[in-house]
Amino acid sequence: MEEEDTRDYSEPCVQCSVVNWGLTDEGRFYCKSCHNVIERTKEVLTSDVVPNTKIQSISRGFRKRKKIDKGWEWYVCEGFQYILKKQAEALQTLGVCPQMKDEILCNFWRRYLQKSKQAYCTTPASYTSKALSMSDISTDVDSEPERISIHGLSSFSESDGDLQTESSFGHVSSIGNASARETTSICSGSVDGGSYLLKRKKGNLRMSMPMTLSFCYIALLWLREPVTLSDLLRFVIDGHIPYLNAFQYFPEEMKLYGVDLKIFRVESWPVYEDVHNKMSELAAFLDLPCFPAITDSCFLHPNILCIKYLMEANLPDELHNWTCRVVKKINVGETDFLTLDPVNKSARKVKYDVLAAAIIIVVLKLLFLLDDQYEWLNANFAGKRNQKNKEGCLWFDFKKWYKIMKKSVDVEQKKLDEERARCLWKCEKPLFYSAKEKSVVLKKRQMVVNLQRQFGALSGSMQVAEKQSPSSFQLNWAEENTDGNCFHGHILEGVLQEKGNSLTTMNTKYWLCTVKLCNEKICGHLTHYKESDFPQSYQFVLNLFSFLLRVPASLIHEEVCLIEHKLFKTKLHRK
Amino acid sequence: MDSFVEQLKRGTEEEFTEESAWDGSVVNTTSSSLPTVYLPLLPRYLWHPTTRGRKATEFQETKKACLNYIQDALLQHQWQRAAEFMTNYLETLESTSAEKRMAAPEVIWRIGTEILCHHPKSSIEEFNYFAERMKNLGVKRYLKVCLEHVFHLLCNGLIDDAYQNLSLAEGWRYGEQTVAQDKELKLIQAYKGLLDYYNWAKKRKAMLELDGNFADSVEQEMHSFFRQAAVNLKEIIKIPGVWDPFVKCYVDLLEFYEDYDEVRQVLSEYAYNSKFPPNPNAHVYYYQFLKRQGESKKTLKSVLKILHEIVPSHELMLEYNAMLQKSKKRKNHRLGLEIIFTLLDFAGWKEHVKAWSCLAKQIKQILENSSKHLDWVTEEWNSRKDWWPAFHFSHYLAKRNWQENESLACEKALVAGILLGKGNFKSSSLLPGIEILASSSFNGRGRV
Repeated sequence: MEEEDTRDYSEPCVQCSVVNWGLTDEGRFYCKSCHNVIERTKEVLTSDVVPNTKIQSISRGFRKRKKIDKGWEWYVCEGFQYILKKQAEALQTLGVCPQMKDEILCNFWRRYLQKSKQAYCTTPASYTSKALSMSDISTDVDSEPERISIHGLSSFSESDGDLQTESSFGHVSSIGNASARETTSICSGSVDGGSYLLKRKKGNLRMSMPMTLSFCYIALLWLREPVTLSDLLRFVIDGHIPYLNAFQYFPEEMKLYGVDLKIFRVESWPVYEDVHNKMSELAAFLDLPCFPAITDSCFLHPNILCIKYLMEANLPDELHNWTCRVVKKINVGETDFLTLDPVNKSARKVKYDVLAAAIIIVVLKLLFLLDDQYEWLNANFAGKRNQKNKEGCLWFDFKKWYKIMKKSVDVEQKKLDEERARCLWKCEKPLFYSAKEKSVVLKKRQMVVNLQRQFGALSGSMQVAEKQSPSSFQLNWAEENTDGNCFHGHILEGVLQEKGNSLTTMNTKYWLCTVKLCNEKICGHLTHYKESDFPQSYQFVLNLFSFLLRVPASLIHEEVCLIEHKLFKTKLHRK
Repeated sequence: MDSFVEQLKRGTEEEFTEESAWDGSVVNTTSSSLPTVYLPLLPRYLWHPTTRGRKATEFQETKKACLNYIQDALLQHQWQRAAEFMTNYLETLESTSAEKRMAAPEVIWRIGTEILCHHPKSSIEEFNYFAERMKNLGVKRYLKVCLEHVFHLLCNGLIDDAYQNLSLAEGWRYGEQTVAQDKELKLIQAYKGLLDYYNWAKKRKAMLELDGNFADSVEQEMHSFFRQAAVNLKEIIKIPGVWDPFVKCYVDLLEFYEDYDEVRQVLSEYAYNSKFPPNPNAHVYYYQFLKRQGESKKTLKSVLKILHEIVPSHELMLEYNAMLQKSKKRKNHRLGLEIIFTLLDFAGWKEHVKAWSCLAKQIKQILENSSKHLDWVTEEWNSRKDWWPAFHFSHYLAKRNWQENESLACEKALVAGILLGKGNFKSSSLLPGIEILASSSFNGRGRV
C-alpha cells in the first residue's frame, strides 16, 4: 500500500539523491536509504487532481469524493491471470486433466510474465504514468477509433442530450501541459492500462483476449489432450469457456474502466488463424523446448482425427484406409512433422484439424474426382445396383449422401446463424470510459434490462434452452437408424478395382486445385480461394468441412493445395 | 436437388470453358467476391481491388443479422419470433459505435411499437410502458413519441389517457430542443385543442340534460374547455396547411358563442389565402357558413363560382345550378348550362337522375323559348359530340339503364333524342317528333 502512495512522487532525496520513498506511521514521507523525513505527507497525493491547476496547498478537511471508487490497484496481467484461471477451470469441467491448470498453464503463464518482465524478475518495467500522446494509443489498437475530444467535457451537437460519445478518453488534462511533476493519469482502472497499449518493444509479446486462448491451446497441446483448436474455439463461441465478458469474474474491487475496456472488452469472436499464429509466436517467445511427441496413437495424429471427421461427415469407414495411405505417402504422419518445435522457426506449424479435413477431401477427389460429372455418374450406377441388391452391403452412393448431408448441414447452419444472431454480448457489469459516462451507461443498462424483460415475456415459452452439454461431435449418424441415413457401413465397391494385390481407384484422372503456390510473405497465404473457379461438388465438400470446423473454406483449401503439391511433387517438378 | 443433378449430367460446358480461358499460370485471385477489373495496360497486380476501411465487428454483424430476422418475422406476422429476436437486438442501445448507438432508439421504437400493436399477448398497458421507456430514450424524439403514443391511444378509444398525455407533452420544454421540435409541439397543441373541443361538446350535451344547480358547474367547465380549445385551434389554423377537422370544430365552437365575425374571418382566410394549399373543403365550409348566416344569393354564388373553378364535379354544383336558374340574368342561365354540362362530363355523375333531369329541363326550356339561345346548346355540344355518345348513350348503357333505373333512362333518352337527333335543332315544333324518335330508339319502351 505504501508503494501506491509514494509511487507518484519522484523527487530525489535531498540528502542522498535516490528516489526511494516510504511512509512513516504518521503518514510523512521518508527516504528509505538515508531515513530523511520530509515535510510531504500522504494527504497531498490523495486529493483530487483538478485539471489545469497546481496544487496550492495541502487540503485537510472535507475531501471531495471521487466519483469512481478507486478500488484496488491492479495490473493488466493480473486481470489476464484471473481470466486464464477461469478458462482453465472451465476446461477442467469439460474433462481436461487437472494437471493442465495447476502445472502446465500456470508455469507457462509465469514464464510469460518473466519473459515480458512483468513479474518474477529483478527489474520490473516501470509504470510511470507519463502524459501519453493520444495518437500512440489509438494507432496501436485495431478496434474502432473513437472521436477523441481533448476538452472532453462538451457534448457534441449531434449527440443526444444525455449521452456523450466516447469522447472523454480519460481526463486528459495533461495534454499540452505535460510535466513530469504533475500527477496525471489516463483514466483506467488498472495501473498500467494506458501504457499497456503503447507500441510494444521489439520482441515483447503483448497479452490480449485471443492470446488467452492461445495460452490454453498451448497447454492442451503440451498435454496432448484430445481437443483440437477448432473444438476449443467452438466451445468458446458456444459459451462453455469464458471469453466474452470474462472480466465479470474479476473480484469486486478490481474496477474496470477507461482504457481497460480496449484490452478486455470483446467485440468479435476469435479467428482460428489469428489464434494459431499467436500460439506459434507465443511458443517461440517463451523459449519452450520441443513439445511432447505426437505419435500414431495420439488423438491429434491425422489417422485418428480422420476417423473422427469421417464419422462426423457420414462417410464410409473404408475411406480410412485411403486416408492412411495418403498420410503415409506425403509423410505427414511423421512425429517430427507433427510435433511442435518452437526452436525450429522455419518449420510450418501444423493445423491438425485442418490437415485431417484436407486429407479426407483429397481422398474424395482421388476416388470420386469431384468434377461435377464423374461422381454423379458413379452415383447413378451405385444407386441402380443398390436397388437390385437390397440385402448385402450397400455401395456408397454419392448422390444420396449429398442429398442427406446437404439437408442436415443446411438445417444446422440455419440454426447456427440464428444462434449467432441471438447471442447476447453485454453482461450485467457495465463498462464505461469515465465517471461522466458511468451514470449514462448504468441508466442505459437498466433500460435495456427492463425492455428485455418486457419483450422476453412476449416471446412466450421460447426460453433459452439451457446450453446442451458440449460434445466433440456435432453431427451424429447412428447405424441403428432404419431410415438408411448412415453411410458408415457402405462400401466403396463401385470406385475401386483390383490391381495385382492391392486395390486402386477406377478413376485415373485428377485435377489440381492450383498449379503454383503463392509466396506466403507477399500474399499472406499460399493460395487464394475463389469459389467460382471450382466445381460445385468440391465447393460442397469444402463447405461441409468448413462448417464442421468453423473455419473459413479458404483455409481448408490452402491445406488441400499443399497436400496435393506434396502428393504430386514428382509430376509437378517434371514440368 | 434432382434438377441440379440433371443439369450436371447433361454436361455443363460453360464452367469448363471459363476455366480454360485462364492461362495456367499464377492465379492471384483474392478471396473476396469482388470482380476483377481487366485493364490491359494496368499491371497485373492492380487488377484485383481489395476492400479498405474499418471492418465491422462481429457484434455489429450479428446485430445486423438479428435485424434481418426481426424484419422477416414482422413481414410474416410471426410476432413471438420477432419479440424473441428483439430481446437480443436491444443491445444495440449499448453499442460501442456512437453512430449505431444514436440510430438505435428510432429503430427500436418503431419495431417495438409494431410488435406490441400486433402481438396477441400484448395489452395497452404494455404499450404504455413501452412508450414511456421510449420517451426516456432521447430528447430529440420525445415529442414524436408522445404524439404517436397519443394517436395509438385515440385509435383504441382511450380519450382520457390521450388527453392526459397531451397535456403533459404540451408543457414540455427543453431548451433549444423545444425550438427544434416546434412542428411536433404545434401538432400536440392542435390535438389537445381537438380533445378540448371533444370535452366541451360532452359538457354541452351534459348541460342540456341537466338542469338546476349542477348546470352551473358544468357550464363553468364547459367554458374553460372552450377557452383552451379556442386558443390552440386558432393557433394551428394560422399555419398554412390542411386542417379540416380542426376548422370544423373551431367553427362549431365559435358559432355556439355567436362570434360570427371571427368565423367569417377564419373561414375566408382558410379558403382564400394563397399560402394555404388549394382545398375545396375550405370553400364548402365557407359556403355552408354563409348559407347558415342567410347571406345574399350574390355572395353565395360568388363563393360557389370559385368552387366550380377548382372542382367542377362537386356535388354543390347542382345547388349552384339551381340558384343560377332562378336568377333573372341571362348570363347566369348561360353559366348554369355550362355547369350542368361540365358536371355530366364526370363519370361520377353518369347515373345521377337529378343531373340528367336538370339538363333535360334546361334544354327543353331553351328550345321552347323560341330557340333564341340554341347556339348555347350547340356550343356546349360541339366539344362533346365526339365522345358523349359512347360515354353516355351507348347501346349497352341504354339497356342497363332500362333494367336498373327507369327514370334515369327516361331523362337520358330525352336528352339523347334532342342532342343526337338528325339534323340541327330546328324549331320547337319538331320537339314532339323528336321525343317519339327518342323513345323509339330505345325499343319503343320509353314514354315521355
